[in-house]
Amino acid sequence: MAEWAYNCATMAHIHFTQQLARFTEIPQVETPATQLRDGLEAAFAANPRLRGYVLDDQGHLRENVVIFIDGKRTRDPRVLDDPLTPASKVYVLQALSGG
Amino acid sequence: MTDRAMISTRKGLFDLIRGADGWRLAASHFLGEPVSAALHDHRDGSTYAALNLGHFGVKMHRRDPGSDSWTEIATPAYPVKPDDVEDKVEWKLRQVWVLEAGGADQPGVLYAGTLPGGLFVSRDRGDSWELVRGLWDVPQRAEWFGGGYDVPGIHSICVDPRNSRHILLAISCGGVWRTEDGGETWSVSSKGMRADYMPPEMNENEAVQDPHRMVRCAGAPDVLWCQHHNGIWRSEDNAHTWIEVKNAPVSNFGFAVACHPSDPHTAWFAPLEADQRRLPVHASLSVTRTRDSAHTFDVLRKGLPQEHCYDLVYRHGLAVANDGKTLLMASTTGAVWISEDGGDSWQCPAPHMPPVYAVSFA
Repeated sequence: MAEWAYNCATMAHIHFTQQLARFTEIPQVETPATQLRDGLEAAFAANPRLRGYVLDDQGHLRENVVIFIDGKRTRDPRVLDDPLTPASKVYVLQALSGG
Repeated sequence: MTDRAMISTRKGLFDLIRGADGWRLAASHFLGEPVSAALHDHRDGSTYAALNLGHFGVKMHRRDPGSDSWTEIATPAYPVKPDDVEDKVEWKLRQVWVLEAGGADQPGVLYAGTLPGGLFVSRDRGDSWELVRGLWDVPQRAEWFGGGYDVPGIHSICVDPRNSRHILLAISCGGVWRTEDGGETWSVSSKGMRADYMPPEMNENEAVQDPHRMVRCAGAPDVLWCQHHNGIWRSEDNAHTWIEVKNAPVSNFGFAVACHPSDPHTAWFAPLEADQRRLPVHASLSVTRTRDSAHTFDVLRKGLPQEHCYDLVYRHGLAVANDGKTLLMASTTGAVWISEDGGDSWQCPAPHMPPVYAVSFA
């Protein structure tokens, strides 16, 4: 039990919007990565197709996709070098739009 | 006999089929999702769809012959832009505007014309795509600009049926371009076109022309037709020179053109009032047709709404089937019309579609 609890405390958790589920598999990601981009790469390793849904051709966050880390928006959607802590909760969401 | 068509719309891809009682909507695909282009590859029976998911970008799908299901395939992706390259255009795929098949001798070869102006080729039925650098790296690309969108876009791709390595394509706003070596090298080929939206001393610059749509007569491949922003042009020498058509009735402004598959003298247009007011003239929808290389035209209205009609037929909203007499036309406000007599009369099998981006026969 103690070891399980320790492992959870060393892993950032990345949640993807359920809106993606109708297009591709959404992995549940727990990662020891200390930077956002590395954490995303862990998710893309589980589902390579997911990359193109979140990042554009230049590896930038897609324009209408937003990422929150522990309640704060990413600093730079092109660089994605925000630090992750062992207990970070990361949410990859879409902006609302349509018609 | 032609009996199947595809309608690409803001809310999905729809099949239109001819039954005993006439044309009707049938299956829908990707319901709720924008489909910017679709292609039925007659060489092997595969069907391709380009989705534009907005938030999540462009995605490509393929349906194999005989199958009812779609598979997501690779999506064209621009390479990482080198730091030392200055380019006002971001190297990011905005939209697949047109899909075309390669030559009959090139099974599996596909072309995707895109915004912001790159041409992509696949040699494996869409399992991988490659940017055609021969076109992307032409110096004149710095002169291209957006027409209809903020960035340039390739909307027409015409592979020469006589030689698959010879391709013509048209760009808004970047003119007509030619390759004769399979895409390794390209040259601009808009001679004779005129861009009235440019300063007078620049209006014949070939690389800033705005052809709205360009089509080639498959049976007489030296003949091409072009609906341009400033009028209608026709070529009889494989796009080496373009001759303006000055006597089109109703209006010479529009976006769409379709040409007969074997008769080089016949083409159809969907006129709109003017650049400044992009509506059917007098709110009365018409199609114009020439059967004598634009010496004379017919104005076709039977079955089309003649009052309070504000439908706009966009670049890919007009298509003619291989029989040369079945036409499909659709508007950006979701009305679809079919003619089975070369445009003499029209029916409206689907008046309440989502905004239509493209129509094609399967």
